[in-house]
Amino acid sequence: MANYLSITEQECEEMLATVGVKKCADLYADIPVTLKNKSLKIAPGKSQQQVMEDLEAYAAENVVFNSIMRGAGAYDHYVPSVVKYLSSRSEFLTAYTPYQAEMSQGILQSIFEFQTMICSLTGMEVANASVYDGSSAAAEAAFMCVEKDKREILVPESVKPQVIEVMRTYLSRRNITIKVLTEKDGYIKDGKIDSAKLQEVINEHTACLYMEQPNYYGVIEDAEFVCEMAHHKGAKVIMGCNPMTLALLKSPAECGADIAVGDAQPFGLSISFGGPYLGFMATRVNKETMRRMPGRIVGQTTDAKGNRCFVLTLQGREQHIRREKALSNICSNQAHCALVASMYLTSMGKEGLKEVATACTSLAHYAAEQFTQGKATLKYPENNDFFHEFVTVTPCKADKIVEKCAKMGILAGLPIGPNEILWCMTEKVHKEDIDKVAEIMRRA
Amino acid sequence: MKLIFERSRKGLRCATIRPLEVPSHNLEKKYLRKDVQLPEVAEVDMARHYTELSRNAFGVDSGFYPLGSCTMKYNPKINEDVAALPGFTKVHPLQEEETVQGSLHLMADLGADLAELTGMDGMTLQPCAGAHGEFTGLMLIAAYHEGRKDTKRNKILVPDTAHGTNPASAVMAGFEVINIKSNEEKGVDLDDLRAKVGEDTAALMLTNPTTLGLFEKNIEEISKIVHGAGGLLYYDGANLNAIMGVVRPGDMGFDVIHLNLHKTFSTPHGGGGPGSGPVGCKQSLVGFLPNPSVIKNKKDEYEFNYAKSSIGKVSTFYGNFGVMVKAFAYVRTLGADGLKEAAEHAVLNANYMKAKLEDIYPTEKRFCMHEFVIDLQKLKNETGVSAKDVAKAMIDKGIHPPTMYFPHIPGVIDEALMIEPTETESKQTLDEAIKVLRELYELAFKDPAYLQSAPHDMAIGRPDEVAAARKPIVRFEGEY
Repeated sequence: MANYLSITEQECEEMLATVGVKKCADLYADIPVTLKNKSLKIAPGKSQQQVMEDLEAYAAENVVFNSIMRGAGAYDHYVPSVVKYLSSRSEFLTAYTPYQAEMSQGILQSIFEFQTMICSLTGMEVANASVYDGSSAAAEAAFMCVEKDKREILVPESVKPQVIEVMRTYLSRRNITIKVLTEKDGYIKDGKIDSAKLQEVINEHTACLYMEQPNYYGVIEDAEFVCEMAHHKGAKVIMGCNPMTLALLKSPAECGADIAVGDAQPFGLSISFGGPYLGFMATRVNKETMRRMPGRIVGQTTDAKGNRCFVLTLQGREQHIRREKALSNICSNQAHCALVASMYLTSMGKEGLKEVATACTSLAHYAAEQFTQGKATLKYPENNDFFHEFVTVTPCKADKIVEKCAKMGILAGLPIGPNEILWCMTEKVHKEDIDKVAEIMRRA
Repeated sequence: MKLIFERSRKGLRCATIRPLEVPSHNLEKKYLRKDVQLPEVAEVDMARHYTELSRNAFGVDSGFYPLGSCTMKYNPKINEDVAALPGFTKVHPLQEEETVQGSLHLMADLGADLAELTGMDGMTLQPCAGAHGEFTGLMLIAAYHEGRKDTKRNKILVPDTAHGTNPASAVMAGFEVINIKSNEEKGVDLDDLRAKVGEDTAALMLTNPTTLGLFEKNIEEISKIVHGAGGLLYYDGANLNAIMGVVRPGDMGFDVIHLNLHKTFSTPHGGGGPGSGPVGCKQSLVGFLPNPSVIKNKKDEYEFNYAKSSIGKVSTFYGNFGVMVKAFAYVRTLGADGLKEAAEHAVLNANYMKAKLEDIYPTEKRFCMHEFVIDLQKLKNETGVSAKDVAKAMIDKGIHPPTMYFPHIPGVIDEALMIEPTETESKQTLDEAIKVLRELYELAFKDPAYLQSAPHDMAIGRPDEVAAARKPIVRFEGEY
């Protein structure tokens, strides 16, 4: 019913007269009449008030849990009000990609700041302005590693299953093979990559290893050792990380990874049924890596008067210049999500981020201890530590536990086997709720 | 402007969280880093910083944004409110299906509306942007041919006026790209198409209206040629805003399409994203759509369906759900008639501007669709003032420049400005922009140097892009 036009009947008449037609439909003279639409089966327009009511009704069909103990790629963190307010300013929200630097310095600088923060967390030297999500970041990073004779990507099954699936789709028609390293074949031991076994499988055709730190089961890998082994045999390492863990854990660069990727959704973005999220990519600087990095990159320069300013740079890599020779087709990215993430990191600051990360890991360790007071056990207790996710094994079915928790308004961890649950604790989870679930687990 | 790092002062805090209710856990030292460097500011510093950045940004709410091919229409505020409903934002993507019926219901309804609007039989909402949609659509096409054991089809035909993403996406999907020439009317050269189409053709990618803002009159003939050779027709939905509700890509003969919810369906561009690039297809390709799709089961409940024949996943979860909610509110507000009305007024606005400019800025003689391209080659020859100079001078007048140097056909169009006013702009806004463009034309003859050094009234002048690329500085390296 609303059409968001800003035109009176009289103005419309004047404009039609200027153009030299009687009605708008006359402007479509080039479209063959036989092709033109009859009527469409789309509901008639409604008032804004009705649309608001309708959408509220859709939202009400979802169940919102009071407490979320599920992660597995989507993490429910507290978002400070200052982030929500500032990021919703319409100059940010309604701007396009900053092609015109002179009137887009605010956007460009915000991306430059985002790149700096991602470099700081990952220990890397160059980050791009974002890609769609953590999975597409992993796939794009794989493209960066592939060479003429090195076209095999190794992926342990201890990474998020969705990432493997997306990588498969991306790489399937590029003559690149993905070899999944399974627990069954001995590549994963006690929930971690077995470095010695890994060495056996790397050969001259191996381009890279994609690993996650911590991995899907929440286990902290011996990443330095894995990187060393991979490099020793001539393979690169792409490290997927939940950037929240980087407040405490050694950076991918420190561990020896060549490319760091991941999803920065935990930085201020609501879980929103899976999107929009925020894929990030960062790497060390040399001529080769700069040239092969996909997506927008903002660089610092000066204008004629010597003022510091920012521009989209190294555009020779991108599709609008190189067309079929571009390394990636990415154009639109997740810029506004990157702005939110920078704001989140600014609002938390270095101490705040450490506090959030410490709260996550402390609550998770408390929960793991409380959950295993009865018959439930941790799946990977040997020589391991974890950040904020862990897997329990229970005699009773995982679904039953999920159901019992749901009755108390708690979203339990994700069932990843008939009797296995992958739990996640963030700073939003209350001790009281952990204690309630512990009671269920004791009887499981 | 100061960088946030230059505002950092040790010990300052902004946001705070609940004190820990359990014993603090220390991870093993061998896993830990020494420190992490992030800015330390108070909330007021942060608010001032980002407000300053926002004042140095320009959105549709700030003023006229006739950026061709990008459809910078007004972004209704109700869209933001509905996407922020807790019933949507607080839902985990891996919740059990019975607890996410609202999200699934919305995705099913939006998919159905978009399929109806475009004449398609199936629709996925999983791609996160237009280029992501192109890749997805081309993967469907590859799967379709492979499914028929027609394995020689490894070439994608792309007109020379196509968006850069088209050829780049084709290569990502494992195809070879064959360029098709434009004819005198800047449409597909049918002879060149006939010469290049064949047993190895997987598909032709086409934008209609074309990137010159003209309706491809020969679309039925093109469809016959491509389909006759066993190929498929791919629709780049970047320009759908001109024709929605008027003519459907499916009825024109297209088999696969992608849409840009952030263009046609009024969701904000956010300074470069997030967008959403749904992909639709005809029945013969539905089985290949990304997993999972949303279906309604016999009990009238929504559920995810995983098809064996699917090309697989293209996103971690289901795409940019928040963007889908905004687009759905838009479709439901306008309805069938409103969508058509929007398209008609987009076309009227473009033709009005064209009519008022074409005596001095050469452009195609036909009615344009939602956008038109002016060619500044003659002006450049006579004055030395380029398309870029005129564009930069528009900045001083508070107008975002049109798309520059696209389309680019060397020797044919080298100084293009592509103007897309969109339907939401008023006659007053268009008249003001017309006045500015006419004044700049005159100024090009009187004082070309002024235009060549524009903009003059912004915080910065033209940046040295060569220096930026030669010695890239891509992060702040100072102490803080």
